[in-house]
Amino acid sequence: MRVDPVLLAATEPGGQPIHYAAASGVFSLSWLVIVLPVAGAAVLLLGGRRTDRVGHIIGTLAAAASFVLGLVLFATLLGRDGDDRALSQHLYSWIPVNGFGVDVGLLVDQLSIVFVLLITGVGTLIHIYSIGYMAHDPNRRKFFAYMNLFLASMLLLVLGNNFLSLYAGWELVGLSSFLLIKFWEDRPAAATAANKAFYMNRVGDVGLALAIMFMFATVGSTSYADVFGAAAAGVIGYGTLTAIALLLLLGACGKSGQFPLQAWLPDAMEGPTPISALIHAATMVTAGVYLIVRAGPIFDGTQAARTVVVIIGAATILIGCVIGCAYDDIKKVLAYSTVSQIGYMFLAVGLGPAGYALGIMHLVAHGFFKAGLFLGAGSVIHGMDDDQDLRHYGGLWRYMPITWVTFGLGYLAIIGFPGLSGFFTKDRIIETAFDKGGTSGYLLGSIALLGAGITAFYMTRLFLMTFHGKPRWSSEGPAAKHPHESPVSMTGPMVVLAVGSVFAGGLFVLGHSLQDWLEPVAGTGVEGVHTFSPVVLTLLTLVVTAGGFAGAYLRYQMRPVESVARPDTEVSLVTFAARHDLFANTFNETVAMRPGQYLTRFLVWLDLVGIDGLVRGSAAAIGGLSGRMRRLQTGFVRSYALSMLGGAVLVVGALLLVRAG
Amino acid sequence: MNTVPWLTILLIVPAAAAVVVAALPRRHATLAKQLTLAVTLAVLVLAVIATFAYDPDKAGFQFSQSYDWISTFGISYSVGADGISLVLMLLAALLVPVVVLSSWDEVDGDAAGGGRVPAPTAAPDLGTPGGSAGGTGPAGDVEGIGPVGGVGGVGGGAGGTTAVLAAPAPARPVTFPPVETRGEAETPGRRSVPAFFALLLALEAGMIGVFAATDVFLFYVFFEAMLIPMYFLIGSYGPVKEQAQRSYAAVKFLVYSLFGGLLMLAAVIGLYVVSADNLGHGTFDFATLRQMEITPGVQKLLFLGFFVAFAIKAPLFPFHTWLPDAGAQSPTGGAVLLVGVLDKVGTFGLIRYCIPLFPDAADYFAPMVLGLAVVGIFYGALLAIGQRDMKRLVAYTSLAHFGFIALGVFAFTSQAGTGAVLYMVNHGLSTGLLFLVVGFLVSRRGTRDVGAYGGLAKVTPVLAGVFLLAGLSSLALPGTNSFVSEFLVLVGTFTANKPLAIVATCGIVLAAIYVLYLYQRTMTGPIVHPENKILHDLSLREKFVVAPIVALIVALGVYPKPLLDIITPTVTATYADIGKSDPAPPHPVAAYPGHTHPVGTHPVGTRSVATQPGGHS
Amino acid sequence: MNPANYLILSALLFTIGTVGVLVRRNAIVVFMSIELMLNAVNLTLVTFSRINGTLDGQIMAFFVMVVAAAEVVIGLAIILSIFRTRRSASVDDVNLLKY
Repeated sequence: MRVDPVLLAATEPGGQPIHYAAASGVFSLSWLVIVLPVAGAAVLLLGGRRTDRVGHIIGTLAAAASFVLGLVLFATLLGRDGDDRALSQHLYSWIPVNGFGVDVGLLVDQLSIVFVLLITGVGTLIHIYSIGYMAHDPNRRKFFAYMNLFLASMLLLVLGNNFLSLYAGWELVGLSSFLLIKFWEDRPAAATAANKAFYMNRVGDVGLALAIMFMFATVGSTSYADVFGAAAAGVIGYGTLTAIALLLLLGACGKSGQFPLQAWLPDAMEGPTPISALIHAATMVTAGVYLIVRAGPIFDGTQAARTVVVIIGAATILIGCVIGCAYDDIKKVLAYSTVSQIGYMFLAVGLGPAGYALGIMHLVAHGFFKAGLFLGAGSVIHGMDDDQDLRHYGGLWRYMPITWVTFGLGYLAIIGFPGLSGFFTKDRIIETAFDKGGTSGYLLGSIALLGAGITAFYMTRLFLMTFHGKPRWSSEGPAAKHPHESPVSMTGPMVVLAVGSVFAGGLFVLGHSLQDWLEPVAGTGVEGVHTFSPVVLTLLTLVVTAGGFAGAYLRYQMRPVESVARPDTEVSLVTFAARHDLFANTFNETVAMRPGQYLTRFLVWLDLVGIDGLVRGSAAAIGGLSGRMRRLQTGFVRSYALSMLGGAVLVVGALLLVRAG
Repeated sequence: MNTVPWLTILLIVPAAAAVVVAALPRRHATLAKQLTLAVTLAVLVLAVIATFAYDPDKAGFQFSQSYDWISTFGISYSVGADGISLVLMLLAALLVPVVVLSSWDEVDGDAAGGGRVPAPTAAPDLGTPGGSAGGTGPAGDVEGIGPVGGVGGVGGGAGGTTAVLAAPAPARPVTFPPVETRGEAETPGRRSVPAFFALLLALEAGMIGVFAATDVFLFYVFFEAMLIPMYFLIGSYGPVKEQAQRSYAAVKFLVYSLFGGLLMLAAVIGLYVVSADNLGHGTFDFATLRQMEITPGVQKLLFLGFFVAFAIKAPLFPFHTWLPDAGAQSPTGGAVLLVGVLDKVGTFGLIRYCIPLFPDAADYFAPMVLGLAVVGIFYGALLAIGQRDMKRLVAYTSLAHFGFIALGVFAFTSQAGTGAVLYMVNHGLSTGLLFLVVGFLVSRRGTRDVGAYGGLAKVTPVLAGVFLLAGLSSLALPGTNSFVSEFLVLVGTFTANKPLAIVATCGIVLAAIYVLYLYQRTMTGPIVHPENKILHDLSLREKFVVAPIVALIVALGVYPKPLLDIITPTVTATYADIGKSDPAPPHPVAAYPGHTHPVGTHPVGTRSVATQPGGHS
Repeated sequence: MNPANYLILSALLFTIGTVGVLVRRNAIVVFMSIELMLNAVNLTLVTFSRINGTLDGQIMAFFVMVVAAAEVVIGLAIILSIFRTRRSASVDDVNLLKY
């Protein structure tokens, strides 16, 4: 067994188990953060049509109240000692069965409060945005109910103080995501996408569930304190630890749309755009990153699992980037961009303690700019009468200036324009990847660098095709479009998010503020030897990014864009593959779906003909036999008499035989 | 004994009410309904009070009563409750009033005939018997079992004497009699309403009895007696238009169960003989029998006798083929009770009788049972995915769930066992609700074929919501009741047998598929059939039917402790009795130093070690 | 006289009765054959009563006679009503009660 330095460190004196301070004061109200949106959802769902008129207000207020409470908690945490910012609250005993005692409890610490603020903050903004976006939808009340349900589930996920609470939140966000993807459920595509999302998430959930069972079987508990304590104390074997970590990773991949479970996320764009922004960009899909950071003590103990995490992260970066270049659907491009950005986060957290805080930083920054981008996309789609095809846009900046500016800021942030949030966070991830050292470090760093270039390319393509160039739509004729700016309720949140995308990064990096804040939970990396000096690397990144930008500019700004995509037969093999999601769906269908269908059909046949056939066969056999036997009943009295005589003779004969013998 | 004889009261009240209701003339249908509802609600209240009177920390049976019945053979009327049987009685007492309310308009059929169903729906119905028959087994099958149908005729004859079967169903080679004769042979109005409700009450008495009995022979008597009302519920009150199939299903159910019952009777008598040999006097008393040492060879034989009976009843793969037929052909209420409670007798028997009476044999056969259970989980799920008949689909999902229950029972850990018992209750609620909702759909639309639906969420949002909730409970989503039990079963199994638990856990993906695929086909998408555009959402009565179950599904998901507190001690004692204890974790929390670290000293102190190379500790 | 002779006679009578039941079709004749068998049994009973010196056999014979008389009454009534409806006294003609 290989000896991990962490294990050595942990077995030194002082490797004590973890105890969290008991929550008191304002923290004893932290359950309200979850309960407020639950109450909102309950009122809206049970209230029925009576609450139609005020549904959106109730929903938004519940989210906002939750956010305010989150702020209060955050402020109180700020006022506490740096070492004393993790508070655990026991609520009640959930599943007590002998040794398996699971409580419902909350843990407010540096990590979870960041998520609480992100979830409720972005969530509230998107609630406000949805008031306008969904204004004409007859089921707006339900939409808000589901969004509240989502907030509650997500908050449970990040606030739980044991893995089973996390699992409950984990599956419930899956449910909310399902409900919201299929929100327009009379569209078969939406219903199918929702089911696909749930199925693939369930595959990941199996991993998470098994990981929890492993923990219980090994440690006898599922609470963070116990499990991490044992992991840090080094009492869990390397094999077990790796198994647990890999199973957790499977769960994380399912929820975060990472390779090989990425195929559901682009399909999930069938849901209303605010949902794409809230769930499938800013919050839920980053839950996998949260899980890995939260389970840091486990991943720290197993280099093997961490290697798998970085491989998945790196692979997903490329997959997302490549496919993102090929799609013409604005939301699908953004979806694949999400996939690849989460790949960056996985890459970061897979690098260990050095990267945990970076992963979270990128996550928060991504939450701002990606939500902003999606809301901007929603605004464009709204203005273009629900047309999502980039090739039907062009020159829109004139018609929707606020959207143009806010979207543009988000766009600059994601490609890493100097000074904006993406610049700080992505740059650091690339740097840390190179710093890993060795061949793997170079490989990972290069992939991350390449990803930055491709990101710049496809995001520029998206931006130029949407807002610049010649309009490829007409304001006359049967397909007339009248692009217009969206109402204030929609542009307001976009502005806020754009501001966030601009400043968030700098805020985190200045004086390592977020990194220091998270340090007690995530630990800090070693300021080791730099493979390249940071300045060189930053310049290199900028050059690559500029290259991507230039490529897109030359291709999509200097040359006219066709309003119809070239057919599959005329494009290169790479484009063809990218247009077909690198054959991920084909693979899933061939490997899982079709064999499953055949197996199902075969089993239905087997059940009917085989097992039930056996049953019916024996019934028929007995029936047939009695059918023959009853022929003996001829109705002739004399033959009955004869058989009676025969019987009597037989009996007497037998008696005689016995007597004689 | 100066305590209140709760169990006997619970038993006698519905039984007496059954006689009274059966004696009511046909025209007093409403009175029969009201009386039944009142009595079943009273039983529910009594059961709840009894639950509060129950002390979970006391070992052994409570509310025990024993009177000699056939003293020559040591048979007595003995009843008693432990944690396992108490919660199941509670489940039965809860589901019966729900079923009564749900069957309010189903039997006399004025509503089914056209009152509630919009007129345009009725016409195409008559034209699509083939569609609905497709699911119940090919028409040819029914012809193939002519002789069995003949038995149905005999049953019908017996039914005639109790004025239940309006037209005894002789073996008819024609699967679908022409429409006119069909209408004439049995219009819904010809079904006796009081008899239906009397059968429900009799069934309730039987269910309470079978869980309460602490005399093995008495258990056997109730075990078989339950079949009679169920047989008539299926055979006489199943789908109006499918006379041949429903008598086929009823006979199949009866013969299957009788076959198992017969094996069990042999084993019961065998137990008596063994007890006579061992103790000098034969007895059927459960408490005495479980103390008895039986030689392993004999144990195996007797175990098999009981096991096959329970495996058929539950049902476990491969003894399940009666369930889809019976489930599809029962009236909705019958199906709820059949799958919700009656089938639990099988799994209840496994943990109550098979394991404590024959510990060595249970140990010996455990791998086989566990194997069957896991196969059942996947087999049931895959078949459910492949069904087009909604009721058959739900029946197959139950097969998968019973796989989980059997897995939990035979994993021999207290977590898995407790989970399994809780699963019995939860499955009764979630599948019961699923059957109810499917029943609502069928009563509106007149067909069980999935293809006839689609896009209903728009027309009937409340119904769709309840349907989804029932489905989510069926796929064990956290926050619903089933999650607690399923996770307990899996985690308990995991500590005892990792590979098996890992395989079984993969079954939860299939659960998601069968539930959501069904939901997708029925509730989402555009409305393709114009008949579906005018369906009504849940009526007030129907909302009252589903409300208690919906509430319990959520409540037990969030706070299952009350039930767990009742179940756990009994299950733990059961396993401790046969010398099984939970495997201890290799690195328990208390095992590493410093566990008793005082609260308040903060972890961060530990964690700041993390500045060392390699990361945080 | 040797009691065995009575038994032999009884056996002969019984055989004749049996053959009569089996081979004759006329219901009246079959009926008479049955009577013959009953009386053969009576003879055996009385003989054994004599041999054993107890009255049990004789009492039993009385029982048989009474039953036979009752049987004759009902049997003849049935045969008559069959004859009236079917115009035949053949036992092979009344075979409605079959599979």
